[in-house]
Amino acid sequence: MEDEVKLYAVAGSPFVCRVEIALNLKGIEYQIVEEDLKNKSSDLLNFNPVRKEVPVLLHNGNPISESLVIVEYIDHVWKGFPILPHDPYEKSVVRFWAKFIDSTCIPALFKVFGSNGAEQAIAGACEQLQILEDELAAKGTKFFGGDDINLIDVAANFIAYWLGMLEEGTEIKFVTKDKFPKIMEWADNFVKVEVVKRVLPPRIIPPKAQLLAVFKKRFGNS
Amino acid sequence: MADVVKLYGVAGSPFVCRVKIALNLKEIKHEFVVEDLSNKSADLIKYNPVHKKVPVLVHNGNPISESLVIIEYIDEAWKGVPILPQNAYEKAKARFWAKFIDDKCQPALFKAIASHGQEEAVAEVHEQLQFLENELEGKKFFGGDNINLVDISATFIAYWVGAAEEALGIKILIKDKFPKLIEWSDNYVNCQVVKDGLPPRETPVAFFKKRFGKA
Repeated sequence: MEDEVKLYAVAGSPFVCRVEIALNLKGIEYQIVEEDLKNKSSDLLNFNPVRKEVPVLLHNGNPISESLVIVEYIDHVWKGFPILPHDPYEKSVVRFWAKFIDSTCIPALFKVFGSNGAEQAIAGACEQLQILEDELAAKGTKFFGGDDINLIDVAANFIAYWLGMLEEGTEIKFVTKDKFPKIMEWADNFVKVEVVKRVLPPRIIPPKAQLLAVFKKRFGNS
Repeated sequence: MADVVKLYGVAGSPFVCRVKIALNLKEIKHEFVVEDLSNKSADLIKYNPVHKKVPVLVHNGNPISESLVIIEYIDEAWKGVPILPQNAYEKAKARFWAKFIDDKCQPALFKAIASHGQEEAVAEVHEQLQFLENELEGKKFFGGDNINLVDISATFIAYWVGAAEEALGIKILIKDKFPKLIEWSDNYVNCQVVKDGLPPRETPVAFFKKRFGKA
């Protein structure tokens, strides 16, 4: 019996993109359902009533929300390319780093744009990025996953692609090749991976005022 | 060959407590290494250099950090009572709720407590707790008849919130609004594996009084 896989999405979302990368890594056929976040469909509200957000994966009528939860689900259900390691300890290390990126790095980065480049925010973000930089240096591999990407690389997709666009759009540049050579090299390699390249949105940079307003509203001083 | 399991923690931490409950569920013998967070041990810093926080589980020399990551590890490394559902979809739902509790409920609760029950902060936390209240419909625990990852994630709600309410003279878990959550809390803290992992009531009460009490 055919699997039915739908992905409720908006174009340009790094979180949606994480799921698309995972689906493509496994060679899964899926249908994108484009959402308008200013006018959410009754389906989306029905499938994700708690957070009312994308991405939502619908697999044979079962909805799953939260991008990294979805990616783990995909890895569990479909064989093929392993997104997480099999060994429980190695798996826990991967989950630790994915959580670090999601819960610590990305919010710190958002704060930079939310505060219009406040010195303290930039220092905070650089502190977290340095941890990733050191981790890449210690591993000495092309990706966090080694020769191939894994959950950590997927979780860090924002850093590889969106961060640069935001820096350019807001004119707040702080992630340089001098300061973070390993991260920049990793980012270059990541966006060239076939399945990633296939699903990355076009490089569209909104106007500076619009970007800063959006970030200030959502991630400005709490 | 015997497993060597150590848990680095402090007595009053709800995050450490989560891990203790998971270890109890699997009946895993372990050594509890008490940390002084104002004077962290070289071991703790070695085992969790990124966050330098507790809990850290060290299993045969391998360190794992982040309470929910540790619990998933425990569930995968040891057989016995399942902490997460086996079915992939049920597992995803459990993870969703655990993340919701961690990302949304927990911070909102801290805010409500730290602000001494300020109206807006309490309204915000009520909005999040309502989802949990609804999720308990027809269930004794989030895990059904038995506790699971979601119940364990919500340990703070079951035990620490009441302690904060007592310490600061505030009310967050109102009976009219959250009858199921309150009933769940009662059932949850009375589970043997949970009881065995909780600190005495005075510990979190004293903590909240010290940290947030009016001078």
